[in-house]
Amino acid sequence: MTQPGSLKEGFIEPGKRLFAPGHRGCAGCGELLAARLVLEAAGPNTIVANNTGCLEVTTTPFPASSWGVPWVHSLFENAAAVASGIEAALIATGKREGINIIAQGGDGSTFDIGIGLISGMLERGHDILYICYDNEAYMNTGIQRSGATPTYASTTTSPSGKVSWGNTRPKKPMPEIMAAHGIPYSGTASVSYPRELLRKVRKALDIEGPKYLHIHVPCPTGWYCDSAESIKVGKLAVETALFPIYDIEDGVVTNVKRLKEIKPVTEYLKTQRRFAHMFKKEGGDEIISAIQAIADKNVERLGLKK
Amino acid sequence: MIENTVVEGSYAVAEAVKLCRPKVISAYPITPQTHIVEDLSQMVADGEIDCEYVVVESEFAAASVVMGASTAGVRTYTATTAQGLFLMYEVLYNIAGSRLPINMTCANRAPSAPISIWNDQQDSVAVRDAGWIQIYCEDSQEIHDFQPIAHKVGENPRIRLPVMTMMDGFILTHTYEPIKRMEQEEVDQFLPPYDPVVKLDCARPLTFGAFAMPDTYHEIRYMLNRAMMNSKGVLEDAFKEFGEVFGREYHPYFEEYRTEDADIILMTMGSLAGTIKDAVDRLRDDGEKVGLLKLRTARPWPGAELRKALDHASVMAVIEKDISLGHEGTISSDLKTAFHHHDGPLIHSFVAGLGGRDIRVSDIKWAYEKAKSLREPVDGSIWVGLNHDIIPEVV
Repeated sequence: MTQPGSLKEGFIEPGKRLFAPGHRGCAGCGELLAARLVLEAAGPNTIVANNTGCLEVTTTPFPASSWGVPWVHSLFENAAAVASGIEAALIATGKREGINIIAQGGDGSTFDIGIGLISGMLERGHDILYICYDNEAYMNTGIQRSGATPTYASTTTSPSGKVSWGNTRPKKPMPEIMAAHGIPYSGTASVSYPRELLRKVRKALDIEGPKYLHIHVPCPTGWYCDSAESIKVGKLAVETALFPIYDIEDGVVTNVKRLKEIKPVTEYLKTQRRFAHMFKKEGGDEIISAIQAIADKNVERLGLKK
Repeated sequence: MIENTVVEGSYAVAEAVKLCRPKVISAYPITPQTHIVEDLSQMVADGEIDCEYVVVESEFAAASVVMGASTAGVRTYTATTAQGLFLMYEVLYNIAGSRLPINMTCANRAPSAPISIWNDQQDSVAVRDAGWIQIYCEDSQEIHDFQPIAHKVGENPRIRLPVMTMMDGFILTHTYEPIKRMEQEEVDQFLPPYDPVVKLDCARPLTFGAFAMPDTYHEIRYMLNRAMMNSKGVLEDAFKEFGEVFGREYHPYFEEYRTEDADIILMTMGSLAGTIKDAVDRLRDDGEKVGLLKLRTARPWPGAELRKALDHASVMAVIEKDISLGHEGTISSDLKTAFHHHDGPLIHSFVAGLGGRDIRVSDIKWAYEKAKSLREPVDGSIWVGLNHDIIPEVV
């Protein structure tokens, strides 16, 4: 147990954040910025259960901690179940009222190893918000592919090579999988649109029952983009329709973030070296066309064009 | 005067757990389970027990749910067996390292492969290094009585460790036996409410589960082990106080049966002790100087106490339902460490009854005669009751 730097015993000092600076995140990290915004939206009466990952390891090097709310990390894959136990304990002791419970993790722990435990949490109907910070690979351990890695991105376990275009499989449709549990709210957001992100966190927390929020968070280290440009890169993912922003409320798609102009995917792809191979190798045009087709499908499926 | 009542072993556990007033119970009903969690579910459904019962999608989740609930500061309980225990493996270490006093019953059953639902103790001995106090039970009375002891010891602020109580699958879980049931007032007198100093609390926000660099990890594990070693004194006090409140006396580490003048002492854990007591009686009738030591607490390991109790024996035959593959029975290995650089008995390891194979008095007598005849140490274990007709020759 450690006290965060910004806290006096039991009180948040005026003007201090719930998420203290001094953490060990990389320059331009989208995930830590998003986590800070999530806490600002949720407020001090929040308990967080966190999966293992960049967010956990950069914010809690014993004896230091960035967390100004009660926070627990158990394992890589079990934050949803740990949060379920926390909720049960609060109910059993009559302390549930007025406390937000958030379970959160990166895309690896959400899409892959922890999906069963999240499914269990949703199915049981806990009043918990699960947040996925999606930087599209296992960044903490060295940029290995996950179920969230976009098609044809190069990672250390799906590298591009003489006979490979990188990760050949499509990104798992996690917001839809979560919504299919019949939960009241499953939404997407991007750290590049902070006001919208704050609104979505507050909205989700106001809804009773299990909720899922999927936040796209650029990772300059794993995407090989300029750390000063990470917000811009995140915006391009939205503007090219590769990461659409929308909600699914009680199974119905709502609040689609419509765009006046849909930019070609090349504008996004060329900002990151994980996609560089398709601009260099012969046949790359076809790969880029295939990625454009994914964006086009998103535009059509969600009605993204204004 | 409390009358004896006949209950199923699983029910004996469930009722004791109820009397301990847990606030959160979580369990997964399969892989395979016992009636413990079904009985507790019914008690919750009937309003007999004031707690949250979280039915989950896996044993891994069950362990994780009680991990979260315990971090939030409430008394928790779960039960498991065999494959389920193995699925929990990662969480078991995490719970112990997080110093959470979770109480869990393990119904001992054989691990796959081959798949089997029957009894042996390979499951719980495989997790003996995880940092859980381990207590093995011979009968339904013991598993009933040891639930409040598990909470009292684990929740002691000086200890803060999870506790696993073991009962043999089917042999105890599904068998009806007479027990003396504990009364709520007695349990309340023995076991105070659980109110840890640190927990998840918005009025005092603390971080749990921070990562440790090499400059602190080593010391944190040292402190975990120190707590395990120090739990011996707390176990002794708890068993003593239990005797005072409930009138049933238990030695905290083991039980001796006709060992006083014994030349050869048999040793085991769990329900097999009953069969061995019968075998000892019959061998005694034939004039053999033989006794039994039933190990109760396997972690923390009571090495010094065992050395003192057993140093007069010339031969020990450890008969256990587990094996460290490639080596020998684990309790036999542990017992040898108790006599390292001390004069003591010759220790022979016997593996018996894996996957529910019945162990009869005749098997115990066979092991006894074998141990008596071996005057030199043997590498590895001697397997009891092997049917050589179905074992192919090595090609």
